[in-house]
Amino acid sequence: MREEIVFWTLAPLMVLASTALLFARKAVYVAMSVVVIMVGLAVMYVAQDAPFLGVVQIVVYTGAVMMLFLFVLMLVGVDERESLRETIKGQRFVSFVAAVGIAALLISVIGTVAIDQDHVAGLDRANQNGNPEAVGVVMFGSFVVVMEALGIVLTIAAVGAIVLTHLPRLVPALNQRRRSDARIKGGLDPVNKPMPGVYARHNALDVPALDPNGTPIEDSVSRVLRARGQDKDASEFRKQIGDGEDES
Amino acid sequence: MSPMNYVILATILFSVGAAAVLLRRNAIVAFMGVELMLNASNLVLVTFARTNGAIAGQVNAFVVLVVAAAEVVVGLAIIVAMFRARQTISLDEPSEMKG
Repeated sequence: MREEIVFWTLAPLMVLASTALLFARKAVYVAMSVVVIMVGLAVMYVAQDAPFLGVVQIVVYTGAVMMLFLFVLMLVGVDERESLRETIKGQRFVSFVAAVGIAALLISVIGTVAIDQDHVAGLDRANQNGNPEAVGVVMFGSFVVVMEALGIVLTIAAVGAIVLTHLPRLVPALNQRRRSDARIKGGLDPVNKPMPGVYARHNALDVPALDPNGTPIEDSVSRVLRARGQDKDASEFRKQIGDGEDES
Repeated sequence: MSPMNYVILATILFSVGAAAVLLRRNAIVAFMGVELMLNASNLVLVTFARTNGAIAGQVNAFVVLVVAAAEVVVGLAIIVAMFRARQTISLDEPSEMKG
């Protein structure tokens, strides 16, 4: 009786959530409803004497896989709009018919399979030491080679993902040495621009620096201030330091 | 309760997943359709493991789960690489590749 309640509560919810895959506009809504389906499936596994798989389902699917989906969604832009224009004529109709056809075919064929309800073997005997132990004994008993192959598959998948998303460097990295070389090659000033106010007995931002000869350096004042006409010429400060060395 | 209920639920979920793969243009949504199909098959495996009293069905479901996880990693990496190359994840765009 308890199983009936679990099933008939979850099954309509899961089918409802699965329709989001077909009709939801935003990919994030689809991801969240797939999470609902995954959690529902996990509860059904637990209800069917498979608590180990139920926990693994929650950890792997809702915890890792769907979060990975969400990460990638955020990475490629959640606002990606799906174009509704049909590029192949009648594709939507044909694929709708195909999907309904698959459903009808599977239900009609599998529906004829008779499972004798009173002779459901159940896993009570296999699970008598607990389900994880029973699964583990089979997994690392008769399926041990499969498990090793799975380990290889997972390693290959991880390496493959790194290779696929790795960007090779096409040009050498731009470090300080290269920047400096480029500046000298381009005939630019090899050193930093002077700060405004240096040598001028005045360190306001709008006062140009004076070079050792006493001429104002235009570049030392911010481009914005010059464009607004808010910079000062340095003549008044130039007087204070004397008009060059040669006159004295 | 008849175990057939679970099988029919799995069939419905499988068909919805297949329809999503066929209908949706967003690569990630289509990929989630594939995931739904894999999960539906897992539900059938777990159900028949119980009806037959064989724990091997659950181990098979576990194998499917691991393979699905590996597939997700590679598939999402391909989607990211595709997004880098074309600035879109629409499945319509690669049709431009045909000569």
